[in-house]
Amino acid sequence: MSGAALDVRNLAKSFTLHVQGGVRLPVLTGVSLSVHPGECVVLSDPSGAGKSTLLRSIYGNYLAQSGQSLVRHRERMVDMVGAAPRLVLDVRRHTLGYVSQFLRVIPRVPTDQVVATPLRAQGVEASEALARARAMLERLRIPERLWTLSPVTFSGGEQQRVNVARVFVAEYPILLLDEPTASLDSASRLAVVELIREARRRGAAVLGIVHDAQVRAEVATRVRTLADTEAA
Amino acid sequence: MSRYNFAYLDEQTKRMIRRAVLKAVAVPGYQVPFGSREMPLSYGWGTGGVQVTASVIGPTDVLKVIDQGADDTTNAVSIRKFFERTTGVATTTRTEAATLIQTRHRIPETPLRVGQIVVFQVPIPEPLRWLEPREAETRKMHALEEYGVMYVRLYEDITRHGRVAQTYEYPVIVDGRYLMRPSPIPKFDNPKLDRSPALMLFGAGREKRIYAVPPWTSVKSLDFDDHPFEIEHWDRPCALCGATSVFLDELIVDDKGGRLFICSDTDFCSRRRAASDPIPGR
Amino acid sequence: MNATVDDRPLLSVRGLGKHYGGRMGCRDVGFDLWSGEVLGIVGESGSGKTTVLNCLSGRVAADAGQVGYTKADGSVVDMRRLDESARRRLLRTEWGVVHQHARDGLRMGVTAGANVGERLMALGARHYGRVRGRALDWLARVEIAESRIDDLPETFSGGMLQRLQIARNLVTEPRLVLMDEPTGGLDVSVQARLLDLLRGLVDDLGLSAVIVTHDLAVARLLANRLLVMRGGEVVESGLTDQVLDDPQHPYAQLLVSSVLQP
Repeated sequence: MSGAALDVRNLAKSFTLHVQGGVRLPVLTGVSLSVHPGECVVLSDPSGAGKSTLLRSIYGNYLAQSGQSLVRHRERMVDMVGAAPRLVLDVRRHTLGYVSQFLRVIPRVPTDQVVATPLRAQGVEASEALARARAMLERLRIPERLWTLSPVTFSGGEQQRVNVARVFVAEYPILLLDEPTASLDSASRLAVVELIREARRRGAAVLGIVHDAQVRAEVATRVRTLADTEAA
Repeated sequence: MSRYNFAYLDEQTKRMIRRAVLKAVAVPGYQVPFGSREMPLSYGWGTGGVQVTASVIGPTDVLKVIDQGADDTTNAVSIRKFFERTTGVATTTRTEAATLIQTRHRIPETPLRVGQIVVFQVPIPEPLRWLEPREAETRKMHALEEYGVMYVRLYEDITRHGRVAQTYEYPVIVDGRYLMRPSPIPKFDNPKLDRSPALMLFGAGREKRIYAVPPWTSVKSLDFDDHPFEIEHWDRPCALCGATSVFLDELIVDDKGGRLFICSDTDFCSRRRAASDPIPGR
Repeated sequence: MNATVDDRPLLSVRGLGKHYGGRMGCRDVGFDLWSGEVLGIVGESGSGKTTVLNCLSGRVAADAGQVGYTKADGSVVDMRRLDESARRRLLRTEWGVVHQHARDGLRMGVTAGANVGERLMALGARHYGRVRGRALDWLARVEIAESRIDDLPETFSGGMLQRLQIARNLVTEPRLVLMDEPTGGLDVSVQARLLDLLRGLVDDLGLSAVIVTHDLAVARLLANRLLVMRGGEVVESGLTDQVLDDPQHPYAQLLVSSVLQP
């Protein structure tokens, strides 16, 4: 689709569990969707359908077997399926942000540095990166006394907010969000919703998984399932 | 009674040693292996020096032998007698009259001249041995000019003592290329090696190595820019001849701690005394 | 941090192979490494990962393949065809090698300061004060107390020895560092501290590195990309998170599923 920031075509992904006798699990069997700048497309399938698998496959965390996953990166459409690791890393650094369901923590890094890291990877100078990280933490209502601590001792909700902060601080053109407001109280949910709206306003293309109907209503411009096809 | 060959060694051995000497002269500072022979003195007493001297000495040479600067110590006397007996060459105690000087641990104070050969007795030829016990590895380090480790030694000295504590056998770079151990001469004598008109030959009998510094070759003692190389100084002249700027030995003269500082170079000292005292024969 | 995509790889390995008599050390190993990347080589004992590292540094002579390295001046050399003198010089300047046992990579008989300053002096540094200053600088960076600069490494703990070895290698600001099980044999808390240090240095200095480890957690922490080796061959390669989260090869799956979680 012309103009799309993210264009997935017939993506197929299965798992072959060699450790369990070679059983094969076909999870995605030909998904096609596109997301344009300013859109927020939300997937509404029930649990276990493969929504997270789709996001991870687009991000390059999972290896798709066939199909294409085109992202607009540095003015070109780049296919993440079969892309060289170096290219995937570059796309992740500058173009594609992914909020996963879990925050993977390195135990001894302070929270503000965790959030500043993506900015540093983009070449932002250290003190500016830290300042922007702290501003984002403040927006997500993480109290200042926690900024110098590692998130490893935080509650689930606090870790989730650090996860969100880490991705939104870098202002990626394309965002993949996997349940960004799960385990958050209403005030924090509001903050995340506002971040998503802001991202859309600056032209980001958002693909998300949101179970909460109210949040979905507040952020989605389009709701669809994995199996839906789109008009050409 | 059987007669010895000229200078004790057979001609083939002398030829082999001369080849090693020529190679050494062609590559200044480089240690040339040679087939060191059993000599009638023990290892550690100058067998290398004696073999080199025996290979280069000729019937018209005038030989001087010193040990720690003195012509009259046991070793100097023994070696001089050895050559008198096996070659019949003239011997002398006067530096400027000698054509060939075998020395243990000192360079004469009297300036050397073109045509003189100095043969040094060397215990350990390898300057990197303190750090690297493997011969194969030290050879590689010399071949690849990997001498950083010698500066580590100087660094350690400065760290431990505030200055480079090595006072003898002070390492040098010869002709800008090879790292050399100049035998256990005091660092005071190192400057005498630099661009000397004489040919310097070094023989290590037990370790079986010969090396050389040809005349007029640059010999630079290792140092740091902020800890430059310095020679020893004494705050008093020789008690016997009054010379300053020479290497002095310290003599304990009584049980009450009395001490004398006198020239290590006996020839230099005695002739200075003779010159200042007009009565001959003293 | 490297914000642009370089064209030419720093290290380009093709068909690397090494036999030990009838036994295979490694076979047909190939990869590219770009500036600022960390490549992890994981596998169990006997997988050939250490053989690969030793072939890269030339510590062991490979039987086959090319090891193309782009030098600081832009020229490309095949490490296998380099003469001994050039190879040794490269290993002292543009490359660093961190051994599993720190003692193999240090001079135990000289002070910590001399250990760090040696390569500087080998490259012609002739000012004691400045050499010492650089040594102090680096000891601080690897979190060794300044007061230990004149101590002998014999008095250091295992973790300190490893950090000293790292300082000794990084003082010449190499472009590529090879590490063999850098945290092997250390207590877990010491390992953690060392890993943090390595991660920080890689980030701050934009180091490129090849790290051999059997510990997948170390690989996840330090490496951008992984090679999984088994029986001397590479069975899987890719992004670290992809290989560890979605391994394709049966052995890679076995390896990942075997890791204990505390």
